[in-house]
Amino acid sequence: MTPRRRRMLWIGLLLLGIGLAAFLGLRAFQKNLLYFYTPSQVASGEAPHGYSFRVGGLVVKGSVKRGDGVKVTFDLTDGPATVGVSYEGILPDLFREGQGIIAIGQLDNNGVFVASEVLAKHDENYMPPEVGEALKKNGQIEPNYKDYQK
Amino acid sequence: MIPELGQLALTLALLTALLQAVLPLVGAHQGRTLWMAAARPAARAQSFFLLIAMLALALCFINNDFSVEYVARGSNTALPLYYRIAAVWGAHEGSMLLWVFILGLWTLAVSVRSRSLNEAMLARVLGIMGLVSVGMLTFILFTSNPFTRLIPAPVDGNDLNPLLQDFGMTIHPPMLYMGYVGLSVAFSFALAALLGGSLDAAWARWTRPWTLVAWVFLTLGITLGSWWAYYELGWGGWWFWDPVENASFMPWLVATALLHSLAMTEKRGAFKTWTVLLALFAFSLSLLGTFLVRSGVLTSVHAFASDPTRGLFILIFLLLVVGGSLGVYAWRAPAIRDHARYALFSRENLLLLNNIMLVTAAASILLGTLYPLMLDALGMGKISVGSPYFSSVFAPIMAPIFLLAGLSPLVGWRDASAVAVFRRLRWLFGACFAAGAGLTLLCFEPNDYATMAGLSTALWLSATCLFSFYNRVRVRKTLLEGLRAQSPSIYGMTLAHFAAAVFLVGTVLSNHYSVEKNVRLAIGEAVDLGGYTFKFEGVSEVEGPNYRALEGNFQVYHGASRAAELHPQKRVYTVQRKPMTEAAIDPGLFRDLYVALGEKLDDRAWSVRVYYKPFIRWIWLGGVLMAVAGVLAACDRRYRLAGERAK
Repeated sequence: MTPRRRRMLWIGLLLLGIGLAAFLGLRAFQKNLLYFYTPSQVASGEAPHGYSFRVGGLVVKGSVKRGDGVKVTFDLTDGPATVGVSYEGILPDLFREGQGIIAIGQLDNNGVFVASEVLAKHDENYMPPEVGEALKKNGQIEPNYKDYQK
Repeated sequence: MIPELGQLALTLALLTALLQAVLPLVGAHQGRTLWMAAARPAARAQSFFLLIAMLALALCFINNDFSVEYVARGSNTALPLYYRIAAVWGAHEGSMLLWVFILGLWTLAVSVRSRSLNEAMLARVLGIMGLVSVGMLTFILFTSNPFTRLIPAPVDGNDLNPLLQDFGMTIHPPMLYMGYVGLSVAFSFALAALLGGSLDAAWARWTRPWTLVAWVFLTLGITLGSWWAYYELGWGGWWFWDPVENASFMPWLVATALLHSLAMTEKRGAFKTWTVLLALFAFSLSLLGTFLVRSGVLTSVHAFASDPTRGLFILIFLLLVVGGSLGVYAWRAPAIRDHARYALFSRENLLLLNNIMLVTAAASILLGTLYPLMLDALGMGKISVGSPYFSSVFAPIMAPIFLLAGLSPLVGWRDASAVAVFRRLRWLFGACFAAGAGLTLLCFEPNDYATMAGLSTALWLSATCLFSFYNRVRVRKTLLEGLRAQSPSIYGMTLAHFAAAVFLVGTVLSNHYSVEKNVRLAIGEAVDLGGYTFKFEGVSEVEGPNYRALEGNFQVYHGASRAAELHPQKRVYTVQRKPMTEAAIDPGLFRDLYVALGEKLDDRAWSVRVYYKPFIRWIWLGGVLMAVAGVLAACDRRYRLAGERAK
């Protein structure tokens, strides 16, 4: 095998590998990109129906209600708007009323966000950056927001 | 006094690192023997100063010196001594010090073990390692100094993050950093060889053991991290495609490719430029990993302490390292000639294919990890890439790698006959896939093609391992003689591939046959899962050194007999007032039983996670076996003899 032919093979294989990866990657990408929306965006209808996305905000105080088994509902707010969330499962340790959290799931026909996953950060002083920014934009800065950023 | 001593040691380390970088590199360039000779003493002095700095910080923690801000933030008088020492690398500043301290250890090791390297090569290697050290030490001294005083000192400290108060987490960072930083040796050897124009088989033989040892640590570090996430995060997963996990996995994939490529360069003199490029990439990805974890650009379970200004520094450092090394590569690589000749169907090309696959896998992870960051930086919206992306991209790329790993050792170097290989292996191949399908039909679900494919591939990989090993042993007169005649690297390779099969079995079976239930359980109630009955007997209070906990009591029955007694805890750490879930696990080679307490729903009822996880131990067993295999291969006498001969 001459060096020239080998080089061509090399390049061919490389292109094939990259092509395959790019194809699989982009296909999987489209299906699995999770966009972030604030409760305001959800309320104004910007968030998609029938697709998964993430929504983040503060858990409204007094809104957490238990249902049968491990069902739970609560409201998420970013100040101007609120979205209802329902979840069947176990909430993370640091889930608290008033705490910033992120939920992953889809909107149902009644406008309730059905979460498949609820994330609260392991550090209770930690605010998910998306939530912090959205709150800041709406002028809803927590009194000790600076601590959250640490 | 001690913090100031540490500070002084760090400053001296920076100065000696500068000496270690500049004198030998310039000396090697201009052929000044005396300047080159400065490399070894400077390297040792630097390691010594780094050791002093590390000890000083450890002493501050042991003495509960809360006048040091870093100690006050991450320790507490109630924290047991063992965790106080581990708290040294519990947050950003200390872990950066650990990083550079480990670089000092590697530098020392190179300066001791490389006596037979020629003067100029050693000078260049140590010089480049010195440059890396200068970068990191500057970073520590100017942006993240662990010795900064806090006046007035608080009475007590803020305690270590409870998540990190755990055995697995105390040794995970040192292991991972040993791997990350160890790749800097391969990086320095590659750059030194490029600069010196001596890219030959001896260079590859030199680089291999260092790369192997770094790879062993990286493997152990990743395995430990995965194990920790499994039992400590309390939701039973072993890999989350979390950006920080990806950051450690990318260098591993590239380092794995590098090991295979180095073997080719050493044995056959092939793919020299490619091997060099891999060595440069492996360490660059390690630095990228450090950047991702420490800069605060990521939303991740690992983003404990982060600060964007530090990110900028590391980013610039990263650009300098990647840009600089690629610049040297572009400048010197065209002069390198490969003289190896081989046919289309040969082990060389199969290994090349393996390399391309591994690098493609790393690139696809890089895409998924960096794409959200780029979009965010460009103001195009906030997205995250879900784990389904990684799973769906990764499986099709990894499957051929496993198949090839079985095939390659049975294909000859240079020129092999595809027909002969096919004739020789068709029955074995058929038998493995028939057995895989049969096993799935008998023990699992009949329509589960993914498990069928996974088990068949694992069988194929382990069978070919045995077969190729058997072929090597068979040519000797007796079995004992045959076993003795095999070099440690052959044992290493065989075991590593076998370990990959073990890992694959664990992944496939635990992913497909885990059963998980989140249920509400009142005291006295029971739940059935995977053939086991979990009975909730009650909750009692227990007290730890720095936490209080509620402890559940679960009796697990398998039919009529009792299989296990599990005590999951819900802890509250008294200083940080943080709740923590401690899962209780009954481990087994073939299944884990996993119980974690959720929340207290009312006086008598709790929400409870109950998991049945078949074969999950095989995942970490695979990782540990791989590491053992790496140690075996690194012990090969050939590397030591090669050193003697090169003298």
